Amino acid sequence: MNENNIILKAENIHKSYKIGASKLKVLKGVDLELKKGEFAAVTGASGSGKSTLLHILGTLDKPDDGTVIFNGQQLFASSDKYLNNFRNKKVGFVFQFYHLLDELNVLENIYLPVMASKSIFGWFAVKKQARNKALELLSMFGLEDRAKHKPYQLSGGERQRVAIARALINDPPLLLADEPTGNLDSQTGNGIMDVLEKLNTQANQTILLVTHDKNIAKRAERVIKLKNGKIDNTKG
Amino acid sequence: MFKRRITYLSILSVSLCVFMAVVVITVMTGLLVDFKEKNHNYAGDCIISTDSLVGFPYYQQFLESISKETFIEAASPVIKSYAILSYQGSYSNTNVEIMGIDPASFSKVTNFADTLYYHKNQPAAAFEPSYDTQLPGCVLGIDLALSRDQFGKYSHSDFAPMAAFEITSFPLTPKGAPARAGLGLVSNKTFYYSDDSHSGLAKVDGSVVYLPFDHAQQLCGMSGQNKRVTAIHIKIKDNSDLDSAAQKLQYLWNDFKASKKDLPYASLLNNVKVQTWKQFRRASIAAVETEQIMMILSFIFIALISIFIVFVVFYMIVSHKRKDIGILKSIGISKINIISIFLLFAFFVGLLSSLIGTVGGIIFLGKINPLESWLYEHFGFQLWNRMVYAIDLIPNKIEIEVIFVIALAAILACLSGSAIPAYQAAKMQPAESLQVNQL
Ligand SMILES: Nc1ncnc2c1ncn2[C@@H]1O[C@H](COP(=O)(O)OP(=O)(O)OP(=O)(O)O)[C@@H](O)[C@H]1O
Ligand SMILES: [Mg+2]
Repeated sequence: MNENNIILKAENIHKSYKIGASKLKVLKGVDLELKKGEFAAVTGASGSGKSTLLHILGTLDKPDDGTVIFNGQQLFASSDKYLNNFRNKKVGFVFQFYHLLDELNVLENIYLPVMASKSIFGWFAVKKQARNKALELLSMFGLEDRAKHKPYQLSGGERQRVAIARALINDPPLLLADEPTGNLDSQTGNGIMDVLEKLNTQANQTILLVTHDKNIAKRAERVIKLKNGKIDNTKG
Repeated sequence: MFKRRITYLSILSVSLCVFMAVVVITVMTGLLVDFKEKNHNYAGDCIISTDSLVGFPYYQQFLESISKETFIEAASPVIKSYAILSYQGSYSNTNVEIMGIDPASFSKVTNFADTLYYHKNQPAAAFEPSYDTQLPGCVLGIDLALSRDQFGKYSHSDFAPMAAFEITSFPLTPKGAPARAGLGLVSNKTFYYSDDSHSGLAKVDGSVVYLPFDHAQQLCGMSGQNKRVTAIHIKIKDNSDLDSAAQKLQYLWNDFKASKKDLPYASLLNNVKVQTWKQFRRASIAAVETEQIMMILSFIFIALISIFIVFVVFYMIVSHKRKDIGILKSIGISKINIISIFLLFAFFVGLLSSLIGTVGGIIFLGKINPLESWLYEHFGFQLWNRMVYAIDLIPNKIEIEVIFVIALAAILACLSGSAIPAYQAAKMQPAESLQVNQL
C-alpha cells in the first residue's frame, strides 16, 4: 500500500483520566490508519473510549503518549497556529450533541468556520461566496427553508444535518463524526447515513465514524473495533 | 453574536452599579466639599490669631507692613471673645461668641457679605439697622435670630424688625486679669438687630454675633492705649499658593515680632499663630473628620462592591459560554481571537453601561432636589431633616473626573470579569470544555 494514500495515521495512542487519586486508562496503545477516500466506522462498547479516540484524532484533546500523523505532519508536535488551521480547514468534526451555537441562525452556524479563518476585511470579501456555499449545502440536506431559524427551532436530525454542513463548509479532506445518529431514531439516522454515504461515493470524502450501532457500522466500508483500550483485530 | 437577554441584563446591572456609584459618590463628596467650603468661606485664607482672650497688640503696624506685600489681596482685624446675649424685654439669655469686625474689610477677606440677608450688596453697612441707621447694629448668626421650617428655609420679613439685644462681656486687661470698674470700662452694651448671617455651619450660625469692630474692642477691654485684636484674617491673591503664602506670612510675622520685642506686652505676640484656613478651622473640620473617614471607607466599599458585582456578572456570563468556547476552538478559532471576542463584548457592555449609568445618574442628580421636595410634600419623606442639618439642597455638582474614574473602573471590571473565565476556557482542550452541560 502506498504511504501517500494514508491520510491519517495514529500510533500507540495512550490516554488516561485521573479520577481522584486513581487513574482510568481508556486508551492503551491504539494504532490506526485511514486511507484517502475511505469510509470507516469505529465501534465498541459504551465507555470503551471511542469518543476519546476521535477527539484525539481531531486534536480536540491531547494523548498522554503516541503520535497522530496527518498527511505526513505530526499533529501534536505542531504549533498552535498549525493546529488551528488544521481544525479549521483540514478536518470537519460532527458531534453527537451537534454543538451548534444557539445565538446564531442555521446559516451563520454553517459559515462560521469560513468566518473564523478570515480577518474582518477578508470576511467581507468572501461573505457572499460563503453564504452561497452554505445555502448550497443546506439545500443538499433539504433544509433550504430553515436558513434563518435558530438551532433550537430544529429537530435533532435537522440539527445534525446543519452540523454536518458546518463540518463540510471548508471542504476538509477528513470528516470525523462522533455518533452522528446516536440521538436520532433509526429512520432519521439512516437519513444521515445516506448523506454521509453519498458524500463518500460522490465526493470521495474520507469519513471516520464512531458508533455503537451495528446496523450503522455495517454501512461503512471498514469496521474498526475498540476493545479494552486497543484495536481488536479479531474477526467477529 | 450576543443578542441575548443575558446581555441586556448585564447591561442593566452594570448600568445600575455605575448609576449608584455616580449618585452616591457625587452626593457624598458634595457634602464634604460643601462643608469644607463653608469653613473656608467663614475665615480668611490665612489667619494670624491667638487663642488667648487677651489678644495681641501692634496689629495696626503689622497690617500696615503687610499692605505692601504683593501676594496679599486684603486683610482685616477681628476680635473674638465670649459674651452673654440677652433678648431685651425677656429674661432669656444665651452665651455667644462675639466677633468684632469691620464689615467692609472683613467681607473682602471672607464671604461674609454673601451670608447676610438685608445687606448682601452693601456689607459695609451691615451694622446699620434699616429702621434707624444711627443705632449700633449687630449681625446675629441666623439660628439665633430665626428658626427654620421643615424645608430648611428661613422666612425673613421684608424689612429687619426692630429688636434690641444686650451684650454682656468680660473685659480683660493686657495682663489677662478682669478689668476693674472705672478706667472707662464698658462691659455691657445694647445692640440693635441689623441683619443675620447664614454661613451654613451649624455651630457658627447658632452661636456667633457679629459686632462693630470698635464696640467689640471696647467690650473686650482691648481698646485704649495698646489696642489689641485676637486675629487678622488675610485673603491672598488668587494666583498664589496657600501653603507658601502662609509660610511667607510666618516669616513676616517672625520679623515683626522680633522688631517689637522690647515694647510693652510684646510677650502677647508669642501666643500668635499663623495658619491656613484649614489649620485654623481644624477643630471644626476634625469634628467631621471621623465622618469623612467613614465616608471614604463607604466610597471604597461601594466602589469595590460595584466592581465585584460587575466582575461576577461577567464571570457568570462567560462561564456559561464555556461550551461555546469549546465549539469555537473546535472549528479552529485561536485562543487570542476567542478572548478578544469576549473582551470586545465586555468592552461594549461596559462602555454602553457606563454611558447609560452616568447619563441616568446625571439626570437623577439634576432632579434630586425637586424629587426630594416632591417626596416630602406627598409622602413626608426627607433624606435629611432640614431642621437638624445645615444643608439647603442635596449637593449634586457633577465632577467630571469622578465620573471618568467610575466609568473606567466599570469597563475594567467588565474586561477582567470576562478575561479570566474566557482565558481559562480558551486554554482548555476543546474536548473538555465541550463536556460541560452535554445533556
Ligand atoms: N474528562 C474525563 N474525565 C474523566 N473520565 C473521562 C473523561 N472523559 C471520558 N472519561 C471516561 O473515559 C471512558 C471513555 O469515554 P468515551 O466518552 O471515550 O467513551 P465512548 O466509547 O465514547 O462511550 P459512548 O459510547 O457512551 O459514547 C469512560 O469511562 C469515561 O467515563
Ligand atoms: Mg462517545
